[in-house]
Amino acid sequence: MNIVVCIKQVPNTTEIKINPATGTLIRDGVASIMNPDDKGGLEMALELKDRFGAHVTSITMGPPQAEAILREAFAMGADRAILLTDRKFAGADTLATSNALAGALKKLSFDLLITGRQAIDGDTAQVGPQIAEHLDLPQVSYLESIDFDGKRTFTAKKATEEGYQILEVDAPCVVTVLSSANSPRYMSVRGIVEAYDKNVETWGAADIDVDETKLGLKGSPTRVFKAFTRGTKAPGEVYEVEAEEAVGIIIKKLKEKFIV
Amino acid sequence: MDKTQYNGVYVFIEQREGKVQQVSLELLGKARDLASSLNEKVYAILLGSAISEAAPLLISCGADVVILADNPILSDYSTEAYTQAICQLCHERKPSILMIGATTIGRDLGPRISARLETGLTADCTRLEVSEEGELLMTRPAFGGNLMATIVCKEHRPQMSTVRPGVMKALSPDPTRQGSVEVFAPRFDTAKFRVKLVKTVKEKKELVDITQAKILISGGRGIGSKDGFEQLNNLAQTMNAQVSASRAMVDAGFVGHDRQVGQTGKTVRPDLYFAFGISGAIQHLAGMEESELIIAVNKDKCAPIFQVADLGIVGDVKKIIPLLNDRLKK
Repeated sequence: MNIVVCIKQVPNTTEIKINPATGTLIRDGVASIMNPDDKGGLEMALELKDRFGAHVTSITMGPPQAEAILREAFAMGADRAILLTDRKFAGADTLATSNALAGALKKLSFDLLITGRQAIDGDTAQVGPQIAEHLDLPQVSYLESIDFDGKRTFTAKKATEEGYQILEVDAPCVVTVLSSANSPRYMSVRGIVEAYDKNVETWGAADIDVDETKLGLKGSPTRVFKAFTRGTKAPGEVYEVEAEEAVGIIIKKLKEKFIV
Repeated sequence: MDKTQYNGVYVFIEQREGKVQQVSLELLGKARDLASSLNEKVYAILLGSAISEAAPLLISCGADVVILADNPILSDYSTEAYTQAICQLCHERKPSILMIGATTIGRDLGPRISARLETGLTADCTRLEVSEEGELLMTRPAFGGNLMATIVCKEHRPQMSTVRPGVMKALSPDPTRQGSVEVFAPRFDTAKFRVKLVKTVKEKKELVDITQAKILISGGRGIGSKDGFEQLNNLAQTMNAQVSASRAMVDAGFVGHDRQVGQTGKTVRPDLYFAFGISGAIQHLAGMEESELIIAVNKDKCAPIFQVADLGIVGDVKKIIPLLNDRLKK
């Protein structure tokens, strides 16, 4: 079985803070990580490899330094790595990103394409299904787990608001995976050592057959009109008093607002 | 693309087992707003099987026209059948705006449609407005809620967005509103139906929808233990409220993800939001700061939750919650 996993390098957004004076994001010193849902997707691929035998390719689109997460994928157990990088990809929205990735994926042969559900820097959850559409493949999103019959049918458990669904789909297909699906394995020491000797293939716009008008900023139907941090609301009253008095203050407020 | 050919605010109506989802009514309320600014009509796209009885509700909640596709193929949601139906509709009718609820269904469907139509899609919007030029301004959080971005889709139509549940306000149903129902019969390419739904399982988690609660009693790391959570439950019972939680409580397993408030949980705006032992990470604030009245209790007086609280108490939640409960019971 051939599996391709799309991964993304993201800033660890839980560490990003806002500078209250300027209202801008403080990104200095914030670590870059492999996006958590993507890591869940990679782990899912590696578990299938453990059980059924598979060749796992990881691919990312991003700046040259995104190579770091491909090395991490090698150290976890991936067999091949492709870095899709080119200035022509810059400024891409989700549609243009999916165009570039789909162009690269058309050059690969696979039974299963895995992406994370969404990336923590954008939270869009759009690129996976958009790739599936460009490749004319069926998709199942929000995966909690997957099973394989050893021949060609995957059985997927998809999370929903009310519980879950069980769906069947034949290879080749696209699935998007939740980080809660599994606990990604650690990189092995040997894996880390070997990861640095392995070859990360670098592909640019010239290596994929996609019209340049569909790439990067040019190929993006959406534009950021403006970006801003949330204005902080004027703080209310804060009391530091004994519990008894505090409860009195709360009840007075509830009465004022006719809640009790 | 000749944008002048595109007209109308379209809302995808999400139904599950024939029941119209609340988020779709919220979108109709917002669509009404946008359509008034644009002087256009609101269209509700209702896909399902034996579903026509839902049409009057949609009209009473803001739709001018209900476009009804009634076909057993559309009974349960499937990515491909729904994408085919809506893409055909878009080719025939050329909507200016297409709104979809940002649910597990909407976020599966939206990107597939946008890629097929080759138009832009903005995910999980929390604000929608019309610019002076008549373009849709779509605002959404990014970077885990640290940054808000307003997105436009200038040269492509329809302008598509998925919209976060619980953010827009549904209109109260007005049975005197007038509207029409138009039947739509999509042609399906069934060879492309390649995913088989084996079963749908509702887990026996209590089906609470915290986004609909008037009062939320929310707990965070400071609640600490099972006992602390029990106290929250007691207070919620006394106040006829729902319990919700920050991510810490969900991760600790005290409460299900369906009760999580924040960037990776739900956005809520109850009349009263009690934050007990919640420090107020920006991801949490993103999900609750629009609540009418926020009362926060936390032992750390520097906790960011006090920045958004209308009333803040620096103190021990373990003492204050039971005491408050006793006093309210009397």
